[in-house]
Amino acid sequence: MNLSLKIWRQKNANSEGKFQQYDVQGISEDMSFLEMFDVLNERLINEGDTPVAFDHDCREGICGMCSMYINGQPHGPGKNVTTCQLHMRSFKDGDTITVEPWRAKAFPIVKDLAVNRSAFDRIISAGGYVSVNTGNAQDANSLPIAKDNADDAFMAAACIGCGACVAACVNSSAMLFTSAKISQLALLPQGQAERAMRAEKMVAQMDTEGFGACSVTGACEAECPKGISLENIARMNREYYGAVLSSK
Amino acid sequence: MVVIFIDLEITTYNSLIYLINTKFMSTMLDAKIPSGPINEKWTDFKSHVPLVNPANKRNIEVIVVGTGLAGASAAASLAELGYKVKAFCFQDSPRRAHSIAAQGGINAAKNYQNDGDSVFRLFYDTIKGGDYRAREGNVHRLAEVSGSIIDQCVAQGVPFAREYGGLLSNRSFGGTQVQRTFYAAGQTGQQLLLGAYSALQRQIGLGNVTMMTRHEMMDVVMIDGKARGIIARDLISGKLERHFGHAVLLCTGGYGNVFYLSTNAMGSNVSATWKAHRKGAFFANPCYTQIHPTCIPVSGDHQSKLTLMSESLRNDGRIWVPKKQNDTRLSIDIPEEERDYYLERRYPAFGNLVPRDIASRAAKERCDAGYGVGTSKMAVYLDFAEAILRYGKGEANKQGIHEATSEQLQEMGKGVIKEKYGNLFDMYKQITGEDPYQLPMRIYPAVHYTMGGLWVDYNLMTTVPGLYALGEANFSDHGANRLGASALMQGLADGYFVLPYTIGAYLASDIRTKAIPTDSPEFVQAEIEVQERINKMMSIKGTKSVDYFHKKLGKIMWDKCGMARNEKGLNEAILEIRGLIKEFWSDVRIPGDTDEFNPELEKAGRVADFLELGELMCVDALNRNESCGGHFREEYQTEDGEALRDDENFAYVAAWEYKAPSEFELHKEDLVFENVKIAQRSYK
Ligand SMILES: Cc1cc2nc3c(=O)[nH]c(=O)nc-3n(C[C@H](O)[C@H](O)[C@H](O)COP(=O)(O)OP(=O)(O)OC[C@H]3O[C@@H](n4cnc5c(N)ncnc54)[C@H](O)[C@@H]3O)c2cc1C
Ligand code: SF4
Ligand code: FES
Repeated sequence: MNLSLKIWRQKNANSEGKFQQYDVQGISEDMSFLEMFDVLNERLINEGDTPVAFDHDCREGICGMCSMYINGQPHGPGKNVTTCQLHMRSFKDGDTITVEPWRAKAFPIVKDLAVNRSAFDRIISAGGYVSVNTGNAQDANSLPIAKDNADDAFMAAACIGCGACVAACVNSSAMLFTSAKISQLALLPQGQAERAMRAEKMVAQMDTEGFGACSVTGACEAECPKGISLENIARMNREYYGAVLSSK
Repeated sequence: MVVIFIDLEITTYNSLIYLINTKFMSTMLDAKIPSGPINEKWTDFKSHVPLVNPANKRNIEVIVVGTGLAGASAAASLAELGYKVKAFCFQDSPRRAHSIAAQGGINAAKNYQNDGDSVFRLFYDTIKGGDYRAREGNVHRLAEVSGSIIDQCVAQGVPFAREYGGLLSNRSFGGTQVQRTFYAAGQTGQQLLLGAYSALQRQIGLGNVTMMTRHEMMDVVMIDGKARGIIARDLISGKLERHFGHAVLLCTGGYGNVFYLSTNAMGSNVSATWKAHRKGAFFANPCYTQIHPTCIPVSGDHQSKLTLMSESLRNDGRIWVPKKQNDTRLSIDIPEEERDYYLERRYPAFGNLVPRDIASRAAKERCDAGYGVGTSKMAVYLDFAEAILRYGKGEANKQGIHEATSEQLQEMGKGVIKEKYGNLFDMYKQITGEDPYQLPMRIYPAVHYTMGGLWVDYNLMTTVPGLYALGEANFSDHGANRLGASALMQGLADGYFVLPYTIGAYLASDIRTKAIPTDSPEFVQAEIEVQERINKMMSIKGTKSVDYFHKKLGKIMWDKCGMARNEKGLNEAILEIRGLIKEFWSDVRIPGDTDEFNPELEKAGRVADFLELGELMCVDALNRNESCGGHFREEYQTEDGEALRDDENFAYVAAWEYKAPSEFELHKEDLVFENVKIAQRSYK
């Protein structure tokens, strides 16, 4: 199929960006969206042009590196898929596709479609862990955990840190991401000792990084490629207010 | 110690001859294995290894390159001990290392299932699975610490799969007859890495680790014969930086991407270890590559990577092809008696759970013989129909439904399969457009893992003092074939439980070394060399993209140094690769500038190193006149097509020293088996 692409080009964080149009021909429906970009880039290189920079690594939906805003949706159409898992069979011949980077104050643009998401790492550093040094652990089976709790913790832990939730949100809120980690650890006995402190610190870091507040539109959940649920945000709010109240 | 000098500076295939110059050298490759009985070596080592006192640790800086399972666990553990750590990764976050993609599970000799597992059995399975080409001392230590890994991960909050009673669940993997694999659905690597990453982020928050993301290591800096730092490139600004460390750990993963198409992430590379190799670190067994039997087949020329379907699927999926050649019927139209479950037929004792090398070769054999399926005919079926029915019946019993309809059974069975492998089934559907709950998967072998890597001794130190290699980057534990679920185990063993002890042996004698200023001549010179290489590459301004070269190299490697190799093909490959190296350095086109974010420049540097490595892999494969594990030389096979080892002449680790471009010298480490009887491997 033949497609028209409108792609955001921006040399670096400090320069102005703009949309540029490219036409691509002979795209097979078995290609992934990123393979379609490979075709475009190969052509740009051969024509002496600068290829489009974008982030990607695993190309199987797990590393969280890929991050394109496609036709107004983070990771494009399709439920529960990342950009790298999106296949061209989701489009049809003659389509025009608009591609932009994640837009959020806390995610400055690196170049073209690549952004800096290190704010997420700092939120985790603020408390997204259990403080247990190597070698301190007891036998794994001495701590039985109800299967349902373990399963729920796993569902929350499936977050890939891609940032689509932030990109989807009118307020650029990082609540879904942060709440997924807080939930995972709140659901497990290992997370109890630091529970209150964790919620307070991670929420504070989220604010410091410049992410917005949550107005419960649910856009994050709808666009999250890993099905992280809004319930996590509710749980985080309980954790947070519980912590704030008890520390007063 | 016998040293063979191989001179390959000859240009035509026919005249390619070896100048084998046998001489005796006094320097033996000493693996520094502690003496004593196998099950006491590690304990004994730990009791006697020199320690660094806490005050001194604060003044010792350690560089950790890579933040996958090996690097993140090492960096966090060293920081907890009090060392000053600087960690590097090329992705935008340490959480995105390729380990994140591991699916099926991690082994540990916990014997929670009471099915006869033990440290010795895990040790034995690994030695046998590696086709008797791994070092006993290291493998036993790995089995010994395996249980602590699970304890550590659970304490961090890693949500492993559990049974209704709240205890941990296990599954089987290939090459074993016990259930010792711990897992988190099909996302085990993700959960383990996020555990190690959280420990790392905690240390970053505490100020004990300085994390440098989007940084690529460009070279090792050597001072007085020791590794004392690295040159790194800030991938956003393009600036070169100098970083000092009393010791340098390379935890940079495997080199499967030398084949272009593999299950590795796009950025996985050999560059860090190759740079170390050029600085004196020996590269061991480079030809040992693991081709994984169950991957989604190639669908066209556009393909940029291959996707694994975890080995855990072989717990429940049955592999078959039609009994008739070139059968064009749909899978579901082929009746049971016309299907050939060839693994169950050939290997009744292990059936679908034979080790990977064996399953891969068996698939290739069927496809080459004309029994393959799908449009390309280069695929076999992995079928879940029977498992769905079995699980459906199990669920019906649990729920007390006695006269379940076949629809109900199907429904319930699919539910169980979804819980076990849901993400893999979704992934398969995304990529192929086919629903594996209805139709069997089509699968074919693909490059997956590299057993070879930097040679390390028992302490995980390379032949360069102060330079260590951990995880997939070293060669140490898997011999000629790695068992499933053992890479995650090894990466975390190295990082959490081995290196933090063994590094003391080196650093304890280095406490008087003050931090070396990075304006010392060695740092300056190393940076100049890196800059010159980049400039040279950028100035070629040729006509072909980096991918052009990578794809070409990949094809040579797959055709001639892939699942089956022979002398003629390998000789040809060596010459073709040399030609390609010349072409690369005269005709590659790299767009953009050096002082900006330039992914094409990053790729170019990596492909340049893959080209050199590719040649060494072929040299190694050519030298090893036997078949073992993943290294299958067509000239050396038994009557029924199994790998034929030559223990008399090849029970050694081949460790190659870099001399000059295309010139490598072979050193050997003899493998001694004192606790496992070396035998022909049989899974029949
Ligand atoms: C799809 C897939 C599934 C797998 N499933 C399993 C499984 O179920 N069980 C199992 O045991 N094993 C599995 N494996 C194998 C296993 O995942 C890997 O062997 C293991 O995770 C490697 O870990 P590592 O820490 O050595 O390296 P990696 O995780 O590859 O990390 C490498 C690190 O080095 C950094 N790096 C690399 N080069 C440079 C450089 N030049 N400069 C700076 N940084 C650099 C990267 O940024 C990264 O942080 C699987 C592998 C694949 C491909
Ligand atoms: S919550 Fe979902 S959208 Fe947000 S970072 Fe995690 S995986 Fe991505
Ligand atoms: S590239 Fe890893 S999730 Fe898309």
